[in-house]
This record gives sequence, structure tokens and C-alpha cells, in this order.
Amino acid sequence: MNFLNALPGAVAEGLIWGLMAIGVYISYKILDIADLTVDGSICTGGCVCAVLITAGVPAWVSVLVALIAGALAGMLTGLLHTALGIPSILAGILTQLILYSVNLAILGGRSLISIDPRINTLILNMSNNPLAIAAAGAIIIAVIVLLWLFFYTEVGLTLKSTGDNPDMSRAQGINVKLNKVVGLAISNGIVALAGALLAQYKGSANINDGRGAIVIGLAAIFIGLSVSMKIKPNFVVSLVGVIGGGIVYYIIYNFVVLLGLKTDYLKMFSAIIVTIFLAIPYLKSYYFTKQKPLRIVAPTQSDNGDGGDANA
Amino acid sequence: MLKIRDLQKTFNPGTINAKTALAGFDLTLNNGDFVTVIGGNGAGKSTMLNAIAGVWKPDYGTIEIDGVDVTGMPEHKRAKFLGRVFQDPMKGTSPDMEIAENLSIAARRGTKRKLKWGCTRKERESYRALLAQLDLGLEDRLSTKVGLLSGGQRQAVTLLMATLRKPKILLLDEHTAALDPKTAAKVLEITDKLVRENNLTTLMITHNMHDAIAYGNRLIMMHEGRVIVDVSGEEKKKLTIEQLLGLFEAASGKQFSDDKVMLSK
Repeated sequence: MNFLNALPGAVAEGLIWGLMAIGVYISYKILDIADLTVDGSICTGGCVCAVLITAGVPAWVSVLVALIAGALAGMLTGLLHTALGIPSILAGILTQLILYSVNLAILGGRSLISIDPRINTLILNMSNNPLAIAAAGAIIIAVIVLLWLFFYTEVGLTLKSTGDNPDMSRAQGINVKLNKVVGLAISNGIVALAGALLAQYKGSANINDGRGAIVIGLAAIFIGLSVSMKIKPNFVVSLVGVIGGGIVYYIIYNFVVLLGLKTDYLKMFSAIIVTIFLAIPYLKSYYFTKQKPLRIVAPTQSDNGDGGDANA
Repeated sequence: MLKIRDLQKTFNPGTINAKTALAGFDLTLNNGDFVTVIGGNGAGKSTMLNAIAGVWKPDYGTIEIDGVDVTGMPEHKRAKFLGRVFQDPMKGTSPDMEIAENLSIAARRGTKRKLKWGCTRKERESYRALLAQLDLGLEDRLSTKVGLLSGGQRQAVTLLMATLRKPKILLLDEHTAALDPKTAAKVLEITDKLVRENNLTTLMITHNMHDAIAYGNRLIMMHEGRVIVDVSGEEKKKLTIEQLLGLFEAASGKQFSDDKVMLSK
């Protein structure tokens, strides 16, 4: 019964993390960059939103400002990578570190800010899970529709090709560096948006929020794509799959907690899930490749004899 | 159309691995020239093509395309002048995107890309007709991911992409070298057709002497980063492989050596 009681909360939180995972999907799957900025930008989103709401700014304005703050963080990583030639993974780590200080500054030196749903009007809160699910769902649908439209525009298609084949992209006149900056801005904007929603849901923003967020995002992506790729490997189905992955992840998560796993070990639990999903394809191809005999085709006359006199 | 003056490039300068790939390379192409390029191992053929494409900046010299000095222009900007097909069939197309999407990206090379629909229905119909010309059965597979195609099919699609917007210069870097002989012949046939129909100024590197002689109106041979043989017109039409090797030896004072070239002789 406990598990069923926890279910609406798991779904609501899973939806928000699924939204965050869509941000990670853009950097990891579309741009082919493992962007560690997200651990910082999800926290930035929460901090900006919490500070603004407690200052009396309407919740939806706070969420938009949080989104912009996240996009700026993504741009910074993109510029460190493209303009200064820093490897993308390191650029993400550097921005993440910068953001820790920035986030502290946003919180005014405190490590935690509470937003009280009884005082402030919030978009969603854990005290009303059905409403939270509806609100998060509506935002997610809006984000997916916008991304779907965007990634089929002239600009959007070049963003896809940038991650898929940078050589081809440059040969077709695409500014690969600019595209990476734009893509990382979009990705981190969405992540910060999720961070802002998460802060409202939990009723607080904490300087330590977001540590290991990329791992949860990747877990949601792997869980989601393992199903959605089997249904139809297209963009929208993938994004919906990623949201589903977030929900499944949080249901498993709650289940494991109810089974009695100490919360101290939950980060390790996330890491293990991602490790398994990353390892399976490799181990499958390495250890479980079945031997098949090669079909032998008799050589035809014209295939022989051409190379024989090469060194004559 | 293309003017290259005294182009020089040394890789890893000042180290034990220093390699001078271009040592004062000069070349002028006239409008409509179809030039085949041949040369031994490390003669600087690909380096020359990459210099034109802007993969890196040359150490010295100038490159002019249709009167515009492009020497310092970044790769993605000068792409508007160029159509490129690479040796590696994987390099010229985006594997995770549809055939039609790949073509639509190429159709907008050199234009300012906007937030407009990236691949319209009307466009797709026109691509169907273009693909039908290839005679590879791709016209019914517009929505197929390019990654599912064979190497030869991918090179054919890359060729279409390179010529969809008429380039000032078409650069072909041994684009049939990675294909089996039958497919290579087919791709070469498509190349010749596209070049003739669009009257494209073309530079084609090949390791096959037969092809170098059979195609194009002009042939240049490179050695140690320079042009050492340059034949065109009637003289080229009558050329034989033995004569070509003789020309090489006379100009370089060495025996021609390139395993790939000799094997495909």
C-alpha cells in the first residue's frame, strides 16, 4: 500500500526528471557531447527560481528567467569548448565548478532557500500531486512540441547533422562551432527549467541539488530509448520515451527505497543503473556474438589475375 | 575559376616528424575544366584538396576561387563555392538522418539557414526525380536513414549533395577508392554524367591510371608537393599508361611508386 501511496509522487518527480533528461538527450544524443554542465545548471535553475519567487516575482516569470540562466551556462560551456579549444567534457566540468560559486551567490551565501506554497503561488508542489502531474505534463508537452518543430527547421536539421557528422556539416557550409554553442544553450535551458520546477515541487532550492544529475538523466534516456527505439525510432517517440524513462526510473527508485535501501546509497544506485545500460551493448557484442559461417562465393574469372603483375 | 599560387604547407614543423606536403604548388583551372590528379604516396594530393576546402590554413601562398581570395576563409564559409566528396564513404553524409534530409541540407549550402521548414514536401518530390537518375533504387527510399545504405550508395548520395547546388569547383578525393571495382565504376559513371550535365569545374584525385586518362580534359601528376606533369586536350586523349610513367620518370628522375596505383594499373 505504501508503494501505491508513493506512486503519484514518483510520477510527478519522474516527469520533471524526464524533462531534465530531454535536455541531456539534446547534448548527449544529438550533439554527441557528454555535457557535465547539467549538474550545475539544474541547480542554477532551482536557485534562480527560488530566489525570484521568494522576492515576489510570479512563478512562471521565475521559471522563464531560470531557463535563460541555464541557457547562458550552456553557452559558456559551448564557448569554452569551441572558442578556446577545451575538450567538451572538461569545459562542462569547468562551467559546473563556476556555477557552484554562482549558485552560492544567487542564494546569497546561504546553502538553502525554502519556498512555502502557503505563502507563494507555485506552478506545482508536492502537496498536490495530481495538479503537479498535470502542470509538469503540460510544460513537457509544450517543450516536446517546440523541439519537434525546431528540429525539423533548416537550423534544426543542421544541429542534428552537426552532432551526427561534423565533417559533412562543415562541407555543407554549416558553422559547427556556433551550432554546438546553440545546442548546449538549448540543452541547459531545458535542464534549468526542470531544476526550477523541481525546486517548486520540493519547496526548496539547495546548493547541493543536482549533484549527479547527468547520471539520472542518462538513466532516463537509456531506459526510455530501450523501449521507444523498438516502437519507432523517430524524434518525438524518442522524447516521449525519455520522459517515460524518467518516470520508470523514479518508480524503481521509490520501490528500492521502500524495500529498505538506505538513502545514502541512492546515488550509487543511479550510477549502477547507468553502468548496466552502458555496459550491456558492449558486453553483448564482445562476449555473446554467435559464430556464423561465411557464405562462400566462388570467384569469377574477371576477379582474378589483375593484381598478379603489379610488381613486374 | 581556381587560381592557386605558390602554396606551401609543412605538417609538424620543427619536429622529427616534419613533413612538407606542399612545396610551392601552382595551379590554374579554367571554367569547365575536369582535371584528374594522380601521384605517388605522399605527393600532396589530398593536402592540396584540403587546402582548397579550407580544412586548415596554408603556411604560404594564395587560393582564389572565381576571383575571391579564400586563403583565410573558414571551411564552412567557403563551402558555398565547393562540392566535396571524400574517400571515406562515411564522411560525406549524416548517417542518422534520412536521405531526403541529407539532400535538403546540401540544397541550402551557402544560404542563410532560417527557422523555416527544413525539408518541404515539394522538395522531397524533386529529390525523388534526382535519385531516380542514379538508377540505384534510392528514389523509393527517401525516408531511409543514410546509415543503412551501402558505401557505393552513400558515395552516390554524397555526389548528388555536392552538385545539388552547382558548386564553382567540385573536389573529389579518391571517392571511389574504398568501393569494390563494380561499384566504383558505377559511381565514376555517375560522376562523369553529373560533371558533364552541369559543366562543373572538377578536380578528381584517383589512384587508377586508366580512370585518370579516361576521364576529364586535363591530367596533372603531383610529386613532392608540386605539379610535375600537366597534359590536356588532344595530347591527354592519346596518352597511355606507359607514356604517363615515362613522363613521371623524366620529370622527377625517379621510378613511379605507389602500391595502390601500381596494383590498379
